[in-house]
Amino acid sequence: MEAELQALASRLGALLGSDQVITDPVRLRTYDCDGLTNHRATPGVVVLPDSAEQVAAIVRACADAGVPYVARGSGTGLSGGALPRADGVLIVTSRMRRILEIDVANQRAVVEPGVINLDVTRAARPHGYYFAPDPSSQQICSVGGNVAENSGGAHCLKYGFTAHHVLACEVVTPDGELVELSAGDPGYDLLGVFVGAEGTLGVTTKITVRLTRVPETVQTLLAAFASIEAGGTAVSAIIGAGVVPAAIEMMDALSIEAAEAAVRCGYPPGAGAVLIVELDGPEAEVAAQFAEVERLCRDAGAFEIRIAADDAERALIWTGRKSAFAAVGRISPAYLVQDGVIPRTALPQVLARIDALSAESGVRVANVFHAGDGNLHPLVLFDDAEPGAAERAEDVSGAILDLCIEHGGSITGEHGVGVDKARYMPRMFSEADLDTMQMVRCGFDPAGLCNPGKVFPTPRLCGEVPGVRKGPHPFAGKADIF
Amino acid sequence: MRPLDALAKVCGDVRPGESAEGVLGVEPSLVAAPGSVAEAAEVMRVAAELDLAVVPRGAETRLDWGTPPRRCDLLVDTHRLDALVEHASGDLVAKAQAGLPMDRLAEALADRGQRLALDVPLPGSTVGGTVATGAAGPLRTLFGTPRDLVIGLTVVRADGQIARSGGKVVKNVAGYDLGRLFCGSYGTLGLIVEVTFRLHPVPAARAWVTCSVGDPGEAHEAVQSVLHSPVAPSALEYLSPGTVAVLLEGVPEGVAARAGQLTTLLGDTAQVTDTAPDGWGVYPDGTTLIDVTAPPTALPHLLAATAQPEVAVSWNASGHGHVGLPSGMAPAEVAAVLGSLRDTLAAHKGRAVVQYAPEDVRGEVDFWGPVPALALMRRVKDQFDPDHRLSPGRFVGGI
Ligand SMILES: Cc1cc2nc3c(=O)[nH]c(=O)nc-3n(C[C@H](O)[C@H](O)[C@H](O)COP(=O)(O)OP(=O)(O)OC[C@H]3O[C@@H](n4cnc5c(N)ncnc54)[C@H](O)[C@@H]3O)c2cc1C
Repeated sequence: MEAELQALASRLGALLGSDQVITDPVRLRTYDCDGLTNHRATPGVVVLPDSAEQVAAIVRACADAGVPYVARGSGTGLSGGALPRADGVLIVTSRMRRILEIDVANQRAVVEPGVINLDVTRAARPHGYYFAPDPSSQQICSVGGNVAENSGGAHCLKYGFTAHHVLACEVVTPDGELVELSAGDPGYDLLGVFVGAEGTLGVTTKITVRLTRVPETVQTLLAAFASIEAGGTAVSAIIGAGVVPAAIEMMDALSIEAAEAAVRCGYPPGAGAVLIVELDGPEAEVAAQFAEVERLCRDAGAFEIRIAADDAERALIWTGRKSAFAAVGRISPAYLVQDGVIPRTALPQVLARIDALSAESGVRVANVFHAGDGNLHPLVLFDDAEPGAAERAEDVSGAILDLCIEHGGSITGEHGVGVDKARYMPRMFSEADLDTMQMVRCGFDPAGLCNPGKVFPTPRLCGEVPGVRKGPHPFAGKADIF
Repeated sequence: MRPLDALAKVCGDVRPGESAEGVLGVEPSLVAAPGSVAEAAEVMRVAAELDLAVVPRGAETRLDWGTPPRRCDLLVDTHRLDALVEHASGDLVAKAQAGLPMDRLAEALADRGQRLALDVPLPGSTVGGTVATGAAGPLRTLFGTPRDLVIGLTVVRADGQIARSGGKVVKNVAGYDLGRLFCGSYGTLGLIVEVTFRLHPVPAARAWVTCSVGDPGEAHEAVQSVLHSPVAPSALEYLSPGTVAVLLEGVPEGVAARAGQLTTLLGDTAQVTDTAPDGWGVYPDGTTLIDVTAPPTALPHLLAATAQPEVAVSWNASGHGHVGLPSGMAPAEVAAVLGSLRDTLAAHKGRAVVQYAPEDVRGEVDFWGPVPALALMRRVKDQFDPDHRLSPGRFVGGI
């Protein structure tokens, strides 16, 4: 370890308990990547703070030493947002897992950043409430990570993303100050830009979230279609009829095949596509709309419709969809998970183009998507034992993002940019757009020490940086870490 | 070259300002009305070159909000930027220019059975002004405020560069969300020129259920009972003096059933109507308007602190409300009411911010009250507008 980092490590040791600072290379290696495992770096030092004051002290120590730092929640991110720095500090929130308050009367909860998403719902459920953002990783991901990524889930079609459910964040700013960013306070909506900034504007140490009333009823159906086009027609018809379902998910034949192999979900044989539609809300509303959804699916050519009679049957319908990512492991030695967005109406054209891409390149693509909001998760399959296969898969995966941009969509709907997609940002945004976004970063973090190298392909120079910064430029040496 | 001539070279509609066009009494030297985004960018570039202080103007419904600008050399009027650029109804998305009046937008969307789920408390107000002030009404209970509905934004920066963030898809986490940052920024970060919104279907049926409440305790009880019920209201409001009102939207069978549930819940005085009750969706009467943040449990305290006659209150279950103070109230008394409101609400993490006030009151009150993250806000402002030429002095801490 470099002398500078060593000095910082001992300073951190003095600030925190000795069991809260990790420098042992073997233990450090457990933190070398997040859910995106093809980017790795062993962190210089790992710290496990258990209070906001400790986080503030760590950030101040890093700022004084000119050392970069990265926050990490559960490490489930899929864009390398929590990828550590070999020359920096990784701040892990796993000891900040207290649910501080469940305030039913005000429909909110106050939690520490390391609290697991589903634990908020577990704590609220006895009161008839839940935390609405439901990423598929909700059993393991942290609320702090959700805030950073502005995570969503299958149900964000109706209920919105994390940004819509966070009322305030206590934040340690890059100069080590503890401030509260609240949607209810006067002034700029800094909370609004902090959420979704992928941990580049500070470390959140306490989060006030909105709790949502558990709906009176939930109704779920599975509809099987001969083709993706027919499924897409049903989706358009449902949205066009003014129905706002809680979720509409679609899977194509290849992903159904994978799910069948993995979990025997028992979806209708011969389906070219299945659609899962869930409605929730007051009973009388749901009853009327559900009948309409069923009719629209039939009109669009559904050859089989299954309606969940109870929670167990609902879980069965969802099993196939929820296992789809892991399940493709059954039909392919390796795969890439892509995350792109298109305007929903472009679904048929884009899927046809993905088919063509797949045919041209010989790379198989399984399609799973949040059909209601046009968020595609193509799974690009390859054999990592075959020379060149990974590169071909990367190319197809990248070409799919280009298709999304071409159709007015986005390069990421929920997984974030991180290190993975920073290079695609200039395809979606102009230089001026990216420069303007980074003005915010310069306001928060002029020294560029807070999770540097993420989101933006090239850092913006922030002009005169107040205070003297020691050590190398934070962006120097980035290339040899990745 | 004179500033007027320099601007006239890049913009088809430039003229000297008139005294009647003063922003809270500060008369602009010039008024420019660009007719396109490109023209707006040119105007801003020339303003930067000539070091002109710029204040954007929409339909003037909220130009007298906040504090007066320290300087106003150039009013940039958005009335010619009034196109509905795109209505992708199949995607439930619309893109509008800043000067488009909200009611014209609503008409166009309604033609295809859709709406932007934002109320328009002040008729005539524009898209740009609504976003710049973060304005919303009763529907905020379910749908939030502009920050929750803006999915893409185009702005012209202080230096004349055009910058976009977000896009035209609802689900999108690529890059920082400048849309949320610009909502409620009062023209101090840049000129908003185009906004893309997510839309919702116009509901097939709607009904209001209202009940009378005799005192703050009853108001609290009624609100809590609706809040924790499963009826999923689109809006839940308290309206002084003494009404709790709920808006239900959905399919006809659903709305009827839910209205029935609510009348049982709310007791004898409950009434179902198909028109909005008095005071719905407008700011309370008064010449001083105070915006309050008050979570549901703060409601009875808010009402107790504003129990004087002639003081009007509206409050939304999202935890926000407005207090209107009468024109006869002496400036010192306004300051006292504001002070006691702030003390009361502070205990509930609530705030009170003056939105507009008559001239004699303006000098006597602190418009904003405590602003916890002010230092950070100044640093963001310095990045976007290093010369402090955009609506200088209009915002918190003199920003
Ligand atoms: C199987 C699987 C399924 C998934 N499904 C979904 C899905 O449906 N929807 C979805 O949106 N995502 C999904 N994800 C991605 C991921 O789970 C989310 O992005 C999640 O929010 C990350 O949380 P985390 O605690 O693991 O954060 P990490 O991976 O640890 O960190 C993510 C980012 O947050 C920052 N961060 C963490 N804590 C803080 C903090 N306290 N303050 C500031 N910044 C912080 C990090 O620096 C990093 O940039 C999935 C991932 C997996 C592995």
